[in-house]
Amino acid sequence: MLREIYITETNCITPLGFDVESNIESILRGDTGIQIHNDISLMPNSFYASIINDEKINNAFAEISAETKYSRLEKMMILALEPIIKNAGVELNSKTAFLLSTTKGNVTALKDQSEESFKSAHLDALAKNVADFFQFQTQPITVSNACVSGILAVSIAKRMIQSELYDNVFVVAGDEVSEFVLSGFNAFQAMSDLPCKPYSKNRTGVSLGEATAAVLVSANPAAAKIKVIGDSSINDANHISGPSRTGEGLFLSIQNALKEAQIEAQKLDYISAHGTATPFNDEMEAIAFGRLNLQSVPVNSLKGFYGHTLGASGLLETVIAIESANSNTLFESKGFDEIGVSETINVIEKNENKNIEYFLKTASGFGGCNTAVVFEKIKHKLH
Amino acid sequence: MTQKTYIQSYIQIENNEIVLNGESVFKIEQTDFADFSKQAYRHFEIQYPKFFKMDALSKLAFLGADLLLSPIVSDEKENNIALVLANNSASLDTDVKHQESISDKGNYFPSPAVFVYTLPNICLGEISIRHQLKSENSFFIFDTFNTEFMSNYSNILLNSNKAETVLCGWVELFNNNYKAFLCTIGTNENLKITNETINTLYNK
Amino acid sequence: MEALKQELKEKIVTTLNLEDIAIEDIADNDPLFGDGLGLDSIDALELIVILDKDYGIKLVDPKEGKSIFQSIETMAAYIEANRTK
Repeated sequence: MLREIYITETNCITPLGFDVESNIESILRGDTGIQIHNDISLMPNSFYASIINDEKINNAFAEISAETKYSRLEKMMILALEPIIKNAGVELNSKTAFLLSTTKGNVTALKDQSEESFKSAHLDALAKNVADFFQFQTQPITVSNACVSGILAVSIAKRMIQSELYDNVFVVAGDEVSEFVLSGFNAFQAMSDLPCKPYSKNRTGVSLGEATAAVLVSANPAAAKIKVIGDSSINDANHISGPSRTGEGLFLSIQNALKEAQIEAQKLDYISAHGTATPFNDEMEAIAFGRLNLQSVPVNSLKGFYGHTLGASGLLETVIAIESANSNTLFESKGFDEIGVSETINVIEKNENKNIEYFLKTASGFGGCNTAVVFEKIKHKLH
Repeated sequence: MTQKTYIQSYIQIENNEIVLNGESVFKIEQTDFADFSKQAYRHFEIQYPKFFKMDALSKLAFLGADLLLSPIVSDEKENNIALVLANNSASLDTDVKHQESISDKGNYFPSPAVFVYTLPNICLGEISIRHQLKSENSFFIFDTFNTEFMSNYSNILLNSNKAETVLCGWVELFNNNYKAFLCTIGTNENLKITNETINTLYNK
Repeated sequence: MEALKQELKEKIVTTLNLEDIAIEDIADNDPLFGDGLGLDSIDALELIVILDKDYGIKLVDPKEGKSIFQSIETMAAYIEANRTK
């Protein structure tokens, strides 16, 4: 019998707040981190993105360390991890792993052509810097699997604990809005001229965002916030940049995750979907959900609040979804107006109360990758 | 409960040479990676024009995977072969090219074809498309090949029935420095490779 | 116009890495996508960059690409009429 896996600690650093509580308050108020920016060091034209104020990062970091050697992203990751490592009281020994998820890490270091900068653009160097801050005893593990990285990290952590190698895995996920990614998404004609509008008829593309999120995945049920009961990451085997027209990889990922979770699709109370607001991605997701008869399950994309935070998105959106489940509240899918996908889906238009026992988190990305993870609310014993 | 797993086949690509299951199958004089990969493609008579559109990392992973998977993949059945690869430089080889295309503001023309390859997992996508593998896939980064993690992770995929076979390995490339080690792992006992592990084979 | 067509063929073969296609085998009216040269969606985006970089044409709506990039013939005609460099 494989071990049961839980998420016991969560945190996030976003433009909407530097802890989970303030993020939830902002979401309930309907705030968004997406704003217009005119910064020619990032893009020749003005653009919409969800960006964290530098001063806020530096001030918050100064409260936990006087060290100046860390990059902006490293500070954001350390800030996400620090309170949960402190709070968890888990010994950082040989049974405690550190897993970092990112797509581009410290890629901004490439702007500077020194040998030292080039070294810091390596993802393992980023992981080592963050791991050493907390003095993890095990070798850091980095996953870089495009836009599914953040949620894939949860499933990797689960598998690592089930293989009995580790008892606890601290996971951090993060990416920055950089000239590097802005120019690339723009070249892909994938940027929205207005704040992104997932699943809407007049959606035209993504708004990029930046954030870090951190969780503790553990075999210890004591302080469990949620149980991880099934997961799968299946490739479309179709195209390296365009999602499958049939949603095949996502369909199979959800199907496998449900099978492992041993629940029927109809048991799902909520789907925290990817919803990047590109025409093809959102359409593909609607097709995959339709094939699994998930038409009536409430679904949202949190991209309207945070933009697409790339390697952070899957984990950030899981952190928020856990709060959604534990407070029995469905959060609005911000930016949504008129349905713009060909298959019926039940997009959450305003915050509402609903009992959530099981929920599904999905993501899809370049390279044809998809990930689905099924979560179950902890049933607290009656006193 | 925990099944024993075995290395089925392995391949090494470095120093202008390809070694399959310990036997040299392709070797040429000193040249750069672009030329080496093209000559290897021609030598093995691979018919796949998309190969020339790939970045160097994908070409390296693709060549290794092609020689290991072509004999075992079949059109008639589901091929549940998971892909678990890792390296040190992620996609930095392509990242540097994309960065160059945006550093000169007077000549700012980022290429979508270059940008898509600024993700190391694209090589997993290329292999999946080529062999029609609708299967588990993940890309990891380490300072050096963490053989313990990679074989454990492969074993948990096999033992939890998430895959029937795992293509696992190290595909490192930056500029003209490259080294690939790939192996297939499954639950069938293999009498040809008995006492070897990923670690001993990689360090040979 | 003939020189421009030749130039476009050379550009397409080199920029899009069409290793197995000879320039002289591309007819002016061959479809660039689908059964013709077999270009895909990333190639289409790359052609938009070529228009901008080499001919100073910025496509306002990427969907316009569909009619412009039908063949070498249509592409050359569009460039001839709209080029700024």
